Amino acid sequence: MPKVKLPRKSTHVDMTAMCDVAFLLLTFFMLTTKFKPVEPIAVVTPSSISTKLLPETNIATIEISKDGRVFFDMDNKSRRMQLIQALNGSFHLGLTSDEMVDYAIAGSLGIPFNQLKNYLNLPVDQQKSIIQPGIPIDTAINVPTNELDQWVKYAFNINPELDWVIKADDNTRYPVVKEVMNTLEENNHRKIHLITSLEKIPPGTVAWKEQNVPVKKK
Amino acid sequence: MAEMEVKGGESSRHSGTRSKKLSTRIDLTPMVDLGFLLITFFMLTTTLQKPKTMNLYLPKKVQDQKLEMKIQDKQALTVLLGSNNQVFYYEGLKPTLTEADIKATTFANNGGIRDELLDKWKRVIQDTGGQDSMMVIIKPSNQSTYQNMVAILDEMNIDGVQKYALTDISPVENDLIKKMESGH
Repeated sequence: MPKVKLPRKSTHVDMTAMCDVAFLLLTFFMLTTKFKPVEPIAVVTPSSISTKLLPETNIATIEISKDGRVFFDMDNKSRRMQLIQALNGSFHLGLTSDEMVDYAIAGSLGIPFNQLKNYLNLPVDQQKSIIQPGIPIDTAINVPTNELDQWVKYAFNINPELDWVIKADDNTRYPVVKEVMNTLEENNHRKIHLITSLEKIPPGTVAWKEQNVPVKKK
Repeated sequence: MAEMEVKGGESSRHSGTRSKKLSTRIDLTPMVDLGFLLITFFMLTTTLQKPKTMNLYLPKKVQDQKLEMKIQDKQALTVLLGSNNQVFYYEGLKPTLTEADIKATTFANNGGIRDELLDKWKRVIQDTGGQDSMMVIIKPSNQSTYQNMVAILDEMNIDGVQKYALTDISPVENDLIKKMESGH
């Protein structure tokens, strides 16, 4: 064993501080990510070249599953509370304040009015196991069979700045989508956002040229 | 460097060998690096998860007759969406439509609806001397899917088509494409 040690300066850096910072940052991000409520359906959206982002607040999302069930969702808990209170009053749903709070903290919902009390009465884990039948919809508005129309009207009443978003599955049949778009159109909501996943612009097309070739002014 | 010291285990007394105290120093720098890499990764991916949207602007309800009168026969191209991702199209406003007028195509990148759209557009510009542009009328049938509708609207954006409209399919057109789908 060599007894001669080369004289060297200590290069020890105490990494405790670094570790602390790392875990603090991790904790910060863990706490600030908002957990979305469980989605009742999984929707695979079609792809498009559009890169426009969805606005973050003031959105009402109408989801349509593969088999044509319609779900309604809105952001902002206090507005959801107002919505369910207004609907409870007008349609005599008989909801207790606990059930209304349940709705306010939940996500998208696809239950007809007459089954709403029974659904909200159930504990959360049982709610997850139920297959929601979807909100009834029809080709005309202002008819009792088109409940989505009522959701849209009341939601707009509470928040006139709402952006209307449709999130439908790839394989959803066109007639249901048409009825949803028609309901929105008849209520004068003409600008609709369709959620899509991003796909690359095919090369050689007009959109590709716009993106890649700098525009030369003549 | 960040370090950890682990004391080596003492050997059993049965063997009677000398106990070795091993001092292992673990350098934790890579763990801290990994920690930061993961944080950065998650910071970036959560911001990228915002869903993208395609904006659809529905026009005000205009009486169909008025709309059709404004489009000239030479400018119009009607695209019909059938079942199983099939696409049919015919040129012009055909008051009396027959099976012979309708052609079938697909959503393929080559040899599909894109080529037909671009081809028609060129011909419209030639015919009208650069005055008017092509007008595409999209009519999805009840057997088409949402994906087909988004794909054709996306195609409008890809090709830079400015004038297009989404309307209802007529019973005549619906019957004809059903015939063509089953026959061919």
